[in-house]
Amino acid sequence: MYLQKRKKVTGSQHTINKLPTNTRCNRGFFAISTIMRGFSFCTIWLRNWRVWKKHILAALIGNLGQPLLFLLAMGYGLGRDVGPMNGLTYLQFIAPGLVASAVMYSAALETTYGSYTRLTVQKTYEAILMTPLGVVDLVLGEIVWGASKGLLAGVIMLLALPLFGVVPSPWVLALLPVLFLSGMFFSAFGLIMTALAKNYDFFNYFTSLVITPLFLFSGIFFPVQTMAQPVRGLLEMLPLTPIVSLARIFCYGRFDEPILLKFLGSILVTGCAVWLAGYLLRRRLIQ
Amino acid sequence: MGEGKAGIGYNGIMRQTIPQPESMPDVPGSQTIVSVTGLSKRFGERLVVDNISFVIQRGQCVGFLGPNGAGKTTCINMLLGLVEKSAGKIRVFDLEAPRFHREIKARIGVVPQADSLDPDLSVEENLRTYAGYFRMPRRLARKRVDELLHFFALHNRREEIIEHLSGGQRRRLLLARALLNEPELLILDEPTIGLDPQARHLIWERLAILQAQGTTMLLTSHYLDEVARLSQQVLILDHGHVVVQGEPRQLITDLVGLEVFEVEGTPAELEAMGASFAQCNARLERVGDKLYVYAREDCSRLTKVMDTSGSWVRRPANLEDLFIQLTGRSLRES
Repeated sequence: MYLQKRKKVTGSQHTINKLPTNTRCNRGFFAISTIMRGFSFCTIWLRNWRVWKKHILAALIGNLGQPLLFLLAMGYGLGRDVGPMNGLTYLQFIAPGLVASAVMYSAALETTYGSYTRLTVQKTYEAILMTPLGVVDLVLGEIVWGASKGLLAGVIMLLALPLFGVVPSPWVLALLPVLFLSGMFFSAFGLIMTALAKNYDFFNYFTSLVITPLFLFSGIFFPVQTMAQPVRGLLEMLPLTPIVSLARIFCYGRFDEPILLKFLGSILVTGCAVWLAGYLLRRRLIQ
Repeated sequence: MGEGKAGIGYNGIMRQTIPQPESMPDVPGSQTIVSVTGLSKRFGERLVVDNISFVIQRGQCVGFLGPNGAGKTTCINMLLGLVEKSAGKIRVFDLEAPRFHREIKARIGVVPQADSLDPDLSVEENLRTYAGYFRMPRRLARKRVDELLHFFALHNRREEIIEHLSGGQRRRLLLARALLNEPELLILDEPTIGLDPQARHLIWERLAILQAQGTTMLLTSHYLDEVARLSQQVLILDHGHVVVQGEPRQLITDLVGLEVFEVEGTPAELEAMGASFAQCNARLERVGDKLYVYAREDCSRLTKVMDTSGSWVRRPANLEDLFIQLTGRSLRES
C-alpha cells in the first residue's frame, strides 16, 4: 500500500524518454559487432588520451627532460673528450639509444604510477569492468596506450636530434614500429609491476633495480659488442639492448649487425610480457 | 505458512483460486531478471557466501540487507563476473553468468559503493567516456547524456571538474552514469552513503520515478528507512546465508510485531514493567537501561503502567527492528 501511494506521488515532471527499441545500444550494437569487439580496448585508449590531453605540457616535459639532458651532458660535455665509437662521434653514438630510452621511460612510468593510480585511487578499472569491457580489453587498452605514449616520446626525441647536429637517415621511419614494439614491452612490464604492487613504494624498486640498470647497461653509452664474453652475452640478453642496436642501425642506415634475430626476439619477449600482464592483472581484479 | 496470509511462501494454488485485484498488474513480458541458485563463494578458508538462492522479477526493487561482511557486495560482484563463484548457478536475463558477462553487463547499470568517477574529466566528459565503453553511437550518447544531466539536475555543471562537485552531485552523476545504457537492471550499492538529508531525498525521488517507469533494481543499504521506502522485497543476509526473504511489511508484522515500546528506567522499574507486559503478547528485550517491547497485539492498555516509569516511546515496528532481531546487536568489524 505504502509503495502504491508513492508511485502515484511521483509526478511526471521529470521523465526519461524511452528510446525506440531498434536504436538501443545494447541490442543493435551487439548484433553487428562481434568482430568489432576485438577493438573494444580502443575506448580505454581514448579515455586515457582525453585525460592526457589536459596535462599535455607536464607530461611531455616530465618524459623528455631526462633523455634530452643526458644527450646534452654526455654527448656535448663528455663527448668532446671521447674518441669516435664504431665510426660515430660520441654524441651520434648515444643519440639513438637515448631515443629508445625515452620510449622505455615514458611507457614504463605510464603503466606503473599511472595505471596504479587508476587501479587503486581512482578505481577507474572497477568502473570499466562494470561495463561490457573485460580484463583483456583493459590490459590491451593500457598497454597500447603506454606504447603510444612511448612512441610519441621517441618521435619527439628524433625530431629534436637535428638540434644537436644529428641528422637521421630516411631509414629512421623503419625504426618507428620498433619503438612501438619496445613501448609495448615496457608498458606490459610496468603493468606486471602494477598488478603485483602493494603501494607506490614498490615502483621505487622497479625504477632503481630494473629501469635505471637497463638505461645504463643496454649499450646506450658504450658498445656491448666489445665486452668480454660472459658479460657481453648477459648484456645482450637485456630487453633494451636489441632495441638500442636497432635504433642505431635504422637511425643511420648502417646495417653492420644482423637485425632479424633482435627483431624476432623482441617480439617474442613482448608477447610473453603482454600475456603475463594480462594473467596477473586478471588475478588481481577478478577474485 | 499454513495460515495462508503470509507473504512468504504462499503457493501458486492460492493465486489461481483467489483473484487478487490488489496484486501488481501483470506487465506483458514480465519475467525473471535474476535467478540465483545455490551460490557460494569461498576466499581461501572463509566461506563468504554460503548456498544462497533468490530471484528478482522484472520491475521489482529488491533490498539486499546485512551487516558488514555478510556477503552482499560479493554477491553483486558475482552477478557482474567481477568475483568468480565457487559453486552454484547464476542466470541474468536468462543468460548464464559469468559466461556471457559482456552481454549481461551491457544491460546492467551499477552505482558502486566507492566513487569511481574520473577526477580529471568534466561531468559531461565522464558520461561521454562511459558511454564509449558501451559503444553507444555518438549522437545517441549526446542525447542520452543531455537527458540524464537534466534528470539529475546537473545540466548547469556539465563543464565542471569532478573535484568541484559536492558529495550529492557526485552520487547523482554516478547514478546518471549507471543509467546511460538504459539498464534493465539497476544495481545500487549504498547509493546515498554519506549524504545530507536533502541530497538523499533528491536521489530517492529520482529512484522512485525510475521505479514507476518499471526499472528493476537491486539495492543494498545500511539505511533501513531507505530500503523500506524503495523495496518491495527484502533479503537479509548474515554470515553468507539468507536469513529471511519476503515482503518487508509482511516480514515485520510476522516476525517482529505491530508496534514497539521503548521504555527507559531504573533496573527495578524495568523489571516490574517486564512482568506486567507478560499479560500482553509481546517479546521483551533489555539493552542497557532500556527495555524494548515488541508487541504482537494491541497493548495500549499497558500504557498506564508505563507512565510510572521515566519515559517511554511508542512507535510502529520497522525494518530496523527486524534486522536487529535477525542479525543480533553485536558489532561486525571485518
